[in-house]
Amino acid sequence: MAFRAVMSRRGTNRSSDIGARWMSTWWGNVEPAAKDPILGVTEAFLADPSPSKVNVGVGAYRDDNGKPVVLECVREAERRIAGHSNMEYLPMGGSVKMVEETLKLAYGENSEFIKDKRIAAVQSLSGTGACRLFADFQKRFRPDSQIYIPVPTWANHHNIWRDAQVPQRTFHYYLPETRGLDFASLMDDIKNAPNGSFFLLHACAHNPTGVDPTEEQWREMSYQFKAKGHFAFFDMAYQGFASGDPERDAKSIRIFLEDGHLIGIAQSYAKNMGLYGQRVGCLSVLCEDEKQAVAVKSQLQQLARPMYSNPPLHGALIVSTILGDPELKNLWLKEVKVMADRIIGMRTALRENLEKLGSPLSWEHITNQIGMFCYSGLTPEQVDRLTSEFHIYLTRNGRISMAGITTGNVGYLANAINEVSKSA
Amino acid sequence: MSTSTKALNRLGWWDRVSPASKDPITGVTEAFLADTNPHKINLGVGAYRDDEGKPVVLQCVRNAEAKIAGCDFINVGRESNATAVGSKLVEESVKLAYGKDANVVKEGTLAGLQALSGTGACRLFAEFQRRFHPESPIYFPDPTWPNHPNIWRDAQVPVRTFQYYHPVSKGLNFAALMDDIKNAPDASFFLLHPCAHNPTGVDPTAEQWREISYQFKVKSHFPFFDVAYQGFASGDLDMDAQAIRIFLEDGHLIGCAQSFAKNMGLYGHRVGCLSVLCADAKQAVAVKSQLQQIARAMYSNPPIHGLLLVSTILSDPETKALWVKEVKVMANRIQQMRSTLRESLEKLASPLNWEHITKQVGMFCFSGLTADQVDRLVREFHIYLTRDGRMSMAGVTTSNVSYLANAIHEVTRYN
Repeated sequence: MAFRAVMSRRGTNRSSDIGARWMSTWWGNVEPAAKDPILGVTEAFLADPSPSKVNVGVGAYRDDNGKPVVLECVREAERRIAGHSNMEYLPMGGSVKMVEETLKLAYGENSEFIKDKRIAAVQSLSGTGACRLFADFQKRFRPDSQIYIPVPTWANHHNIWRDAQVPQRTFHYYLPETRGLDFASLMDDIKNAPNGSFFLLHACAHNPTGVDPTEEQWREMSYQFKAKGHFAFFDMAYQGFASGDPERDAKSIRIFLEDGHLIGIAQSYAKNMGLYGQRVGCLSVLCEDEKQAVAVKSQLQQLARPMYSNPPLHGALIVSTILGDPELKNLWLKEVKVMADRIIGMRTALRENLEKLGSPLSWEHITNQIGMFCYSGLTPEQVDRLTSEFHIYLTRNGRISMAGITTGNVGYLANAINEVSKSA
Repeated sequence: MSTSTKALNRLGWWDRVSPASKDPITGVTEAFLADTNPHKINLGVGAYRDDEGKPVVLQCVRNAEAKIAGCDFINVGRESNATAVGSKLVEESVKLAYGKDANVVKEGTLAGLQALSGTGACRLFAEFQRRFHPESPIYFPDPTWPNHPNIWRDAQVPVRTFQYYHPVSKGLNFAALMDDIKNAPDASFFLLHPCAHNPTGVDPTAEQWREISYQFKVKSHFPFFDVAYQGFASGDLDMDAQAIRIFLEDGHLIGCAQSFAKNMGLYGHRVGCLSVLCADAKQAVAVKSQLQQIARAMYSNPPIHGLLLVSTILSDPETKALWVKEVKVMANRIQQMRSTLRESLEKLASPLNWEHITKQVGMFCFSGLTADQVDRLVREFHIYLTRDGRMSMAGVTTSNVSYLANAIHEVTRYN
């Protein structure tokens, strides 16, 4: 009791206490982090009262009414799960069933690598989580290595490898003049990189450009990778979403596998199953044999444990329910094709509209590019005009999210693009 | 293919990768699952079980599930709805820990972020600590949850310990604890378990917390609370947050990792909250933005399903009241099992003192069994627990408590 008396005499006046000086300076050196540019676009769009406003900055699929979509196969899976399953921890490596089905998508239904148990694979927090686990793994077991990242790439790639403390290099990818692939420079960069370098490749539907190598070009890259002993890490965020056919979208990976590369893959269900918020994906590393795969998997789990212990349950249940049921899986494949087709349809419509308007520029790239995004080639100034004069919102690099285009707004959009670019 | 190309291909990317050592806790569950003996008991992982040894999904959770089923934005991540849900979760979470009328909640000086359960909240904080106090170590109680040092090590923060558990009394080594607080360099970072210490179940009294808080002020130490078992210690959420409230009254700018894994039974959904109390609202905005930046490069956004469940439960008074009841039921069952186990051992005329079983609090009992005795329990009786002697009381039921008491008695009677 005496202690309490002492305490109350001292009171709790912050400024009179020794510690107060320290307390206010714990985080005195913390500056606000730079704002995410994409978020800024969305905020500005939401704040705009104009009835004709269009958001082509959004990175998530929208239907032809501009509404987010929950796939029917997902709804059905949710109905089956709700009220039935318990909520226990998944193993550190995640849902075995979900991982099994996910590997089949990337490596092939009857992949020998799956049969031979040569793939170290863990459930991850969508594509981001898969990339981060791999980056940490790379840092731990190849501490002298760097990662080569295409220019441009998804902004968060840089954050991920930087936070994993893996030094970054870039390689040429996009050619602004053609709005296509700078293949010659890309090949040069592959040849000039030190032997045994780590490369990050977008398996399909490159983000943000929509520019993919052709099958022939992938084969050349694969060959050169072999000559140089490079490591290929594929970020596959859009399988199914690019062409509408998951098998076709995995072609680059299959080429590398045929050529004997021991690759790594980050897979995500955010877009192709519309499971954005559920954070469900998979990291896999192809190993020399089963023993190595067991060791690698255990180390990936060891990296996950101090990050989040085990991955989230709900998304994994949805995925394994869908992929484990042939009917639901077929429904999913149909729905993915619908999404991909709508995007392809909008690409065609936008290009045709621009050509009908007699635009002096070439808009071929709109239909040459593939997936969610189109690198329009518009300058930042032109983008600013689109926003200020036409209430059209996109990031200043000229990246258009095709998902934001509908039959209802494509004419308006084409007109606006034409207006800001015709005298360029 | 030329030989040089072949050689390059045999670079052996992952030749240096050896199998990681087994996790001490999940390894126990694995061994348990593989055992076919009908009497087997799992006292390993700290997940609640009912009196039939079955996992439990709380009724309030089932109610919340039904409410959110068919939600339009249920799957969408970085949309304004998800942000709103996340904010709601943080708002409600911090009220639980800090008190619903706490000034800090009203004043906007809290930087709060949803996190991947307790682990994720700790990791975000550890990364943040290294980023803004690069040379600072963290002090853990000895012992602590084995994943704590992993988390701070992977964040590259040096790890230290302070004395906590007294093996002889099987209680708190308070004098040594206070010494270590005094002897640590000024302004050191400390991790504290505010209730139901894991793995020992040994908690300071309110009086002792006040002394600790006072000494923390004198030394300007930073208190980081890992709140994994709020509700599980006494059955009363506010009482279990008493340590935090004491520190708040004393003006500390604390940090808090909260988990809904145990007290809401949402283990697999990975839902929790990290909060850092700042000097003012401006600082809170800056701190939150940095925490979001750290999270972005790890997993972008947290999984939405768990967030929806928790915010639905906490923002509806009826569902929340139901939850509070259900937490009490769980805590009571555990307390009951503690009493029964102790009584059974005393009835068996065990030569040892088993007071600590009922003195210790929360999910775990630090039995005092040696590693050899634990091995015997596993081998001879098919009873699974970690080799430090930590027993998860949640695994004890009215039907297995006698068998358990008997087994413990067998392995300890001649020591």
